[in-house]
Amino acid sequence: MTAVKLYPPRPDKVYLFGTCLIDLLYPEAGMDALRLLEREGIEVLYPQDQTCCGQPAYTSGYQREARAVAAAQLDLFPEPWPIIVPSGSCGGMMRKHYPGLFAGTDLETQANDVAGRIFELTEFLVHVCHLDLEDHGEPERVAMHTSCSARREMGLAETGPALLAGLGQVELVEQARASECCGFGGTFAVRHPEISAAMVEDKTQAIEAAGAQCFVTSDCGCMMNIGGRFEQQGKSIKGEHIASYLWRRTS
Amino acid sequence: MSEQAPGVHTYHPREFHRQAHEALDNPQIRANFRKAMDGLMAKRCDSFDDWDLEALRELGANIRLRALARLPDLLEQLEANCEANGVRVHWAEDGDEACRIVREICESHGATSVIKGKSMVTEEMHLNDHLEEAGIEALESDLGEYLVQLNQQTPSHIIMPAIHLNTDEISRIMHDKTGIERTRDVDAMTAAARQQLRERFMAAGVGVSGVNFAVAETGTLCLVENEGNGRMTTTVPPVHVAVTGIEKVVEHLRDVPPLYSLLTRSATGQHVTTYFNMIGSPRKEGERDGPKEVHLVLVDGGRSDIYQDDELLDTLRCIRCGACMNHCPVYTRVGGHTYGTTYPGPIGSILSPHLMGLEETRDLPTASSLCGACGEVCPVKIPIPDLLVRLRQESVGEGRGNVAGAGVKRSRKELAAWKGFQWLATHPSAWRAGTSMAGKLRGLTPAKLGAWTRHRTAPKPASTTLHALVKQHQAARTDKEECR
Repeated sequence: MTAVKLYPPRPDKVYLFGTCLIDLLYPEAGMDALRLLEREGIEVLYPQDQTCCGQPAYTSGYQREARAVAAAQLDLFPEPWPIIVPSGSCGGMMRKHYPGLFAGTDLETQANDVAGRIFELTEFLVHVCHLDLEDHGEPERVAMHTSCSARREMGLAETGPALLAGLGQVELVEQARASECCGFGGTFAVRHPEISAAMVEDKTQAIEAAGAQCFVTSDCGCMMNIGGRFEQQGKSIKGEHIASYLWRRTS
Repeated sequence: MSEQAPGVHTYHPREFHRQAHEALDNPQIRANFRKAMDGLMAKRCDSFDDWDLEALRELGANIRLRALARLPDLLEQLEANCEANGVRVHWAEDGDEACRIVREICESHGATSVIKGKSMVTEEMHLNDHLEEAGIEALESDLGEYLVQLNQQTPSHIIMPAIHLNTDEISRIMHDKTGIERTRDVDAMTAAARQQLRERFMAAGVGVSGVNFAVAETGTLCLVENEGNGRMTTTVPPVHVAVTGIEKVVEHLRDVPPLYSLLTRSATGQHVTTYFNMIGSPRKEGERDGPKEVHLVLVDGGRSDIYQDDELLDTLRCIRCGACMNHCPVYTRVGGHTYGTTYPGPIGSILSPHLMGLEETRDLPTASSLCGACGEVCPVKIPIPDLLVRLRQESVGEGRGNVAGAGVKRSRKELAAWKGFQWLATHPSAWRAGTSMAGKLRGLTPAKLGAWTRHRTAPKPASTTLHALVKQHQAARTDKEECR
């Protein structure tokens, strides 16, 4: 299923697609992604007209609405530079679902072109930037939650952990059923709240039982879900986007 | 907890939410499923050690796709070869017709008792109820099915029908319904069930089984099982009736080994099953055993409607291994009965809407976080998450409209909300103004956000959006560069 992806040499310029969740709720994660890329000597272009990839409408069955929203993003990346997305979920939508969404329409070629240039942030940092990190932080035990979209849709189960492994003072703890969904699933958490709650409860228990002091994730949806559960329980375990975690410890 | 008998209970997909609540609140159900699914996932993983799993899945998918591409032809070929082998073939439009056919075969032989091997399609068509109404007793001979039948329940899993029960509960059911001593000794209970069933095999006038693969080029019916009850069902009674959905046909005999390897590993983590039956014909002259008559009932039951849609068609690839349930975080938590359908879990959520209509199954396509675990393990690579999304489109009336009950969840309010989202997300300046305003008013963000905040804190908009932060960052950098 996962075709071999050939990675380009490190480009001079990239686009950053910040995602709506980061834009509205966690902008520092987006800024830290930008800082990490700039530190690698890459110029980051952030089209100010970007809004949302259209995924919420898409997974709810509203294809026409999703297509209209997605179409509005397609024009924002005219140059052939990679498009970096600090989310496996939005990245998966743009890389895997844009081609199907626009198949047979006038925008098909453009959608395929954009989809082919989508890189999830950790993927780009590992496979294109070959990021070398110098950890200035305190020793810490951290759990990583790789989102289902990053793991399965984009085939990126290894890139997040690989980056954390580059931090000398960080111990990546092993949690039970690490590959299991945290229960967010976008509108799933709203449509089936009790099942979603049971899932996030198990996820927080697994992270806590693994002895993690904090957790990192490459998707803000999962972070909002898992972190929100910890916070409601009054637990001290906090979540951080992997971009912020890497930047904080290495800057 | 275990002392409380799991009472007679009927489940319905319309009650999915209520049933899910009940299951989530039942620690016994939660524990039984979690333990069983963890075990099955580990076994599957181990069993593929010696194979190139991806290559095998690719092969399995292609075999099924090839068979489906030629389905009408292959069914005719299957019929011709079965008939040539002496197997009588019957076609049924729907479950009712299939039930009638089985009943008439029973009646023509004066059979008042039927012994059954495991068959999900006969569950789908409610064969046991139908036969019972006609005064014919149908007894399940698969151990799990037997227990479920004793307990007046339906299967909670397509491979392991009694997976929702633990040893204690089974002990109680066996004691209450068959009068054996209470025991926790699994071997003793199995032996007791075997004893009880053995007599019934001898008395049954007809044996009814399912089919795992029906081979078109040879007219061979393949039956995969572990308990030997399948072999008994298909050889001891004088008449054998095999019932199958029309999609189970494969083209060649050589297509069977890869599918079988995928099926047993994906289902129970076995390299081989204890029994693999290949049924070619009734007893021939000079043969000492086997049924004198073999019938094959080919059931459509909505499958040819699925076949008409080039995307939904992928649903029919399924070889019924159950791996999608075993790996589904939703199924693991709510169990099989919650779905209220013959086929639970992810495959059930993409199949049941075609069998029962979206009206009845409206909550199933959304009962998934789209985590993709089902699609990842599917041995024939059915894109289950994509099909769930497709059925969501159909539910809200935005699809092709060719699924019964399409548009059942169409709501003006929801459509207006998505239209509003579309407008905002296609008007960047309005988007920036809106998100920026949300940040300024963050103090007013409600602390309660319905169901979300029953279990989590509410997220709060940041005071400054990413759009604005990047703008500031870039302005600062330009200033710096100009100073240089």
